[in-house]
Amino acid sequence: MNQKTIIPVGPFHPLQEEPEFFELEVEGEKVTDITVNIGYNHRSIEKIAESKTFDQMVFLVERICGICSTSHPIANCNAVEDLAGIEIPERAKYIRSIVGELERLHSHLLWAGLAGHFIGYNTLWMWVWKYREPILDLFEAVTGNRNHYAMMKPGGVRQDIEEGAIPALSKGLDEAERKIEMVTKAALDDPVLAARLKGVGILSKEEAIDYCAVGPTARASGVDIDVRKDEPYAAYGLVDWKIITQEEGDVFAKVVVRLLECFESIKIIRQCLQKLKTTKGDIAVQVKEIPPGEGIGHHEAPRGETFHYIRSDGSNMPVRLKVRAPTYVNLPTCKVTVPGESVADATIILAAIDPCYCCTERLVKVIDRERGRKWNWEDLLRLSRKKTERIKKRMGISHE
Amino acid sequence: MSSPDPIEAIKAEFEDRIVSWEEKSPKRYYITMPREDITKVADFIFAKQGARFIIASGVDTPEAIEILYHFAFDKLNKILTVKVPVPKERCEIESIAPIIDGANWIEREIAELLGVNFLNHPNPKRLLLAEDWPEGKYPLRQEPRRNR
Amino acid sequence: MGKLWALKKSIWVFHLCTGSCNNCDIEILDCLTPKFDLERFGILLVGSIRHADVILVTGAVTRKCLPRMKLIWEQMPQPKLVVAIGSCALSSGIFSPGYNIVGPVDKHIPVHAYVPGCPPKPEAIIDGVVKLVGSLE
Repeated sequence: MNQKTIIPVGPFHPLQEEPEFFELEVEGEKVTDITVNIGYNHRSIEKIAESKTFDQMVFLVERICGICSTSHPIANCNAVEDLAGIEIPERAKYIRSIVGELERLHSHLLWAGLAGHFIGYNTLWMWVWKYREPILDLFEAVTGNRNHYAMMKPGGVRQDIEEGAIPALSKGLDEAERKIEMVTKAALDDPVLAARLKGVGILSKEEAIDYCAVGPTARASGVDIDVRKDEPYAAYGLVDWKIITQEEGDVFAKVVVRLLECFESIKIIRQCLQKLKTTKGDIAVQVKEIPPGEGIGHHEAPRGETFHYIRSDGSNMPVRLKVRAPTYVNLPTCKVTVPGESVADATIILAAIDPCYCCTERLVKVIDRERGRKWNWEDLLRLSRKKTERIKKRMGISHE
Repeated sequence: MSSPDPIEAIKAEFEDRIVSWEEKSPKRYYITMPREDITKVADFIFAKQGARFIIASGVDTPEAIEILYHFAFDKLNKILTVKVPVPKERCEIESIAPIIDGANWIEREIAELLGVNFLNHPNPKRLLLAEDWPEGKYPLRQEPRRNR
Repeated sequence: MGKLWALKKSIWVFHLCTGSCNNCDIEILDCLTPKFDLERFGILLVGSIRHADVILVTGAVTRKCLPRMKLIWEQMPQPKLVVAIGSCALSSGIFSPGYNIVGPVDKHIPVHAYVPGCPPKPEAIIDGVVKLVGSLE
């Protein structure tokens, strides 16, 4: 069939009239209130888990979120292991951390691309997503799949990382580090980005604590919580790395936290790969039975703490699974970060929480009661990019 | 403001009200309290002892609906879970959302999925279920279990 | 007739998610990135259903999303071509016992092509769309 070059894509998240996910009330250019409506992705996972065995539950929870797809299995396995008092083998600890940190890398890069797209830096979007692809290739090499890796099970991991694979992994990691360094330098040195994102959508430390925010959303406001340090699991207590925090709590601070965290992730993965060379043994302990009781497991997903609570009655299926994803506590913070800001900043402030993107994108209704205007997500994106253009003009910069 | 050993402080503060106290491990504590005390308990643990509220889990049991409020003392590597049984006949409990903004959504969720009424909740609307989901049908309530 | 010719030259697709883990949605977006580059095939992602020739549907169809899916399908101009992407769209996948799931997609709107996978790789998605349009001859 005839090939044809088409102009690059337009909006990638088409908006429809209803139902609305974010409702913004505005007066002139200022947002006065925001309401969040969720439930579009409610897939009854906790209930379905009650009719799955403990082994099957891991595959179920993996599909809660595609971006943090190993986070839920890790938290879930931590919960089962907490319940049953299971200690996983050392080799499994390193492999869990490697997969968890690779996921953090791809997730933060994905987010950086989207954020760029929202403010009109489409080149950044394309670059960053291009650099994300080799990481997905690493996943495919290590686990067999680009996403939904099926690596975790109660007692350990399901697949090993062969010694022969480590050089290629290290090389891939070095390459990723170079690219991320480039992007980080470009982003942090860009005066337009600074003007666009600093002082925007500030979440104070007190507000972060009151809303019980987690992850980069909280760490960018000076709250230094990170499950990997606070309750070390897998290999996080066995290797050297540091928590990244910022104080300002604005969108720029959230960008900085995520980009700098990438380097800590690379540090962790490198050390784990080294340790794998000398740590022999099994990759899982055999788990015959889960005793009655309860267990709590959590994991620092890219967006923050993922929490699982499991109750068992001694049979091979859980009585109850409670899942709390990080976005659940981070999303309500928009109630304090968006009102008072300009409509042009609404999209980037919402994106800065790094919510599950499918929920965010198209479902926005903006009501201007005074003038009777109704805006949608596309309108907001357009306003956001226009603001970036104005800033560039003011600074006399014309590149993209 | 918060004491160096908040777990001991909580134990001392509510000594005569605690129904059961279990230290499952140095990282996991489970305490059962009567529902009348929930606002005092939430205020003490969150506002005075500086714990982080993680989330609440609602569990349907034959005896009652149990609400488990999970609190984290991150720097001490401890999670304290406060279990509060709520009888099904008068299925209500005071909301802690006025004390902890982070509890707002989960109370709405437990209300619609388990049928618990959170008194004085600032915004008791449905969170997850569609508008046309039938009233009085609580998806997380247990049917009688099969042979286990 | 004219429309079909235009279709084969340049396919305008609209993406709709009906409640999923987003992996399929991310893989669809990945098709736009330089590695896969959907545009080589003349495929363009559009912002309005009224401009779309093909709709890519992902997700297990939750209760809240169903009215929206039906509305979007109604607003789509003829010929309406629907591609269901991912296990959830095909059969609700692992979520089919869920109390809030009313899918799969072809229970409510006609589907012309199915791309299985959890998630399907970008190559599979592009293949599905291209095969569908090719089959219109």
